[in-house]
Amino acid sequence: MKNLKYNFPDKFGKYGIYGGKYVPETLISALQELEQLYLDVKNDIDFLSELESLQKEYNGRPTPLTFAKRLTEYFGKAKIYLKREDLCHTGAHKLNNALGQILLAKKLGKKRIIAETGAGQHGVATATVCAKFGLQCIVYMGEVDIERQKLNVFRMKMLGAEVVPVSSGSKTLKDATNEAIRDWVTNVSDTHYIIGSVVGPHPYPMIVRDFQSVIGKETREQILSRENKLPDYIIACVGGGSNAIGIFYPFINDEKVKLIGVEAAGYGVDTNKHCATLTLGEPGIFQGMKTYLLQDENGQIAEVHSVSAGLDYPGVGPEHSLLKDIQRVKYESATDDEALVATLFLSKHEGILPALESAHAVSHLHKLMPQTNEDEIVVVNISGRGDKDLNTIINQIGDKIL
Amino acid sequence: MINISNYIQKINNNNKKALSIFLTAGFPTKKDFVDIAKNVLNSGADMLEIGIPFSDPLADGPVIQYSSQVALENKINLDDVFEICSEISNYTDKPLILMGYANPIIKYGTKKFCKNSVDTGVSGLIVPDVPLEEFDSFYNQDFSQLQKILLTTPTSSNERIKMIDEKSEGFVYCVSVTGTTGVRNTFDETTFKNLKRTYTTLERNKMMIGFGISNSENVKSFIPYCDGVIVGSAVIKMILEKKEMNEINSFISNLSKACKL
Repeated sequence: MKNLKYNFPDKFGKYGIYGGKYVPETLISALQELEQLYLDVKNDIDFLSELESLQKEYNGRPTPLTFAKRLTEYFGKAKIYLKREDLCHTGAHKLNNALGQILLAKKLGKKRIIAETGAGQHGVATATVCAKFGLQCIVYMGEVDIERQKLNVFRMKMLGAEVVPVSSGSKTLKDATNEAIRDWVTNVSDTHYIIGSVVGPHPYPMIVRDFQSVIGKETREQILSRENKLPDYIIACVGGGSNAIGIFYPFINDEKVKLIGVEAAGYGVDTNKHCATLTLGEPGIFQGMKTYLLQDENGQIAEVHSVSAGLDYPGVGPEHSLLKDIQRVKYESATDDEALVATLFLSKHEGILPALESAHAVSHLHKLMPQTNEDEIVVVNISGRGDKDLNTIINQIGDKIL
Repeated sequence: MINISNYIQKINNNNKKALSIFLTAGFPTKKDFVDIAKNVLNSGADMLEIGIPFSDPLADGPVIQYSSQVALENKINLDDVFEICSEISNYTDKPLILMGYANPIIKYGTKKFCKNSVDTGVSGLIVPDVPLEEFDSFYNQDFSQLQKILLTTPTSSNERIKMIDEKSEGFVYCVSVTGTTGVRNTFDETTFKNLKRTYTTLERNKMMIGFGISNSENVKSFIPYCDGVIVGSAVIKMILEKKEMNEINSFISNLSKACKL
């Protein structure tokens, strides 16, 4: 990591050997058009001020950086701060990206918006921006996820979106993504695909990262003004990895800030029911990118599991693959049970009900805190709120709560 | 290895367009696949494209997705695919082409993949998720003995079509419409305009049209703008519907007749 001048992706959309554009030829012209437009507007003052004003007036940014007093006292070690993406409009960081991309879609003159969703948060964010800008919205969602995230399905429909159930494969996020890509291949001329994470073909991982980086930029300013120094640790959960890259990216060149990504270990990393892609996967090519994957001995994509629909994905953003290889980010994992316990833990100690996804990051505090000192600072990204997970929580641990 | 381009030229010299049939390896079963493939070749197919099953075939429509899923449930892996290729290439002198997504190929190991392909009589390779942009990262020197067939689509600019023509070997696979594989009932005027544009832009390669072609009428309407056609989902659908072998044979032989000028 020493003296590394971090400047990725390169002009081919690669993060080291990862990333790229492994897609059918039909999509290449749309990806080129999107990339060109994005490069034209990313430093354009009018575009940026329109986005900033939406982030402020509509999304409620900047989100607070909350000092977690009781959590800090509980561990008696480093100070713990929580970055409150759960307070974004629609309840998660997903709107940061959806707002940016809807502005791009408008500039591209696309009238039809498609998206994939796992937990439903990205689907809700996309349905929300489509409602706000009056564009048609179609959201692909696996049948398993429709069942476990019913509330979000209703929300999307109330916002005017069409939710298309996906019954292929494992009926979860990866299959919803396949179906969205197939739709895009078919309707590419009038359709923009708002990918919800830092995955897929270039330029998506770059665009989504840039729009999510607002999380890290705010965190940096907020912690400097509160503590007059940078944090020692930043923890975020990693499925596709958008909230993590969003908070990590503005700190990448600050070598002293230790970055920790927490993957979903499902029933445990010693079982075959998990989503710990960076912990246990190996590089492969999937859904437009070269990246770490969970796959079988024949290169077939594995059926993965997590209690949290948003992390239930066998791949990961290509930039995380690079950050793992160069050891800039340390990737850990938390099981379903650990995440559920952490959900109650944060609720009872701070009055904040985190999304099951974010609870994976919270859970890592139990492993990290004993190694910290009182003069250190830990920031945990609370990527979303947990209201959407009440059904799952009741089913999993309802009896323990009552 | 058969030089596919010369092979198509010979067929064209006899006032006929080439007919290539796509079948998913190991569908409906490993044994039935080989029987069907032999029948298809006997009924007039000039080439066989053998699909390598993949869990996430994102360029494919429901029919080929389903066939792929069945093949995977039959535990078909690349070793089985090569056994199938070996058996068929012992049976026929017609070219065999493998079509498969990138991940199973790199997981198997490109060196072993290419060696086994050549050893079992495979002449060409189509990888739909490796476009021009990733050509050099994916096709290392291991692939030198295989004819690497690239695809054009209605969204490819003339400039890109020329670049694809430069890199492609065997033929250029012209995708008729935007979208996934699968039967289309009709093709509109834009489709024909694009086919004509692509056909006239290509300078080096033969051009085969695929995606959506399901009957003799489709074939007849396309043959002015190509050197051959590829039919996949329509045949797989018949297998799926458990049609008799002689019905499939007569379907193929009608397609083959439609290829005559």
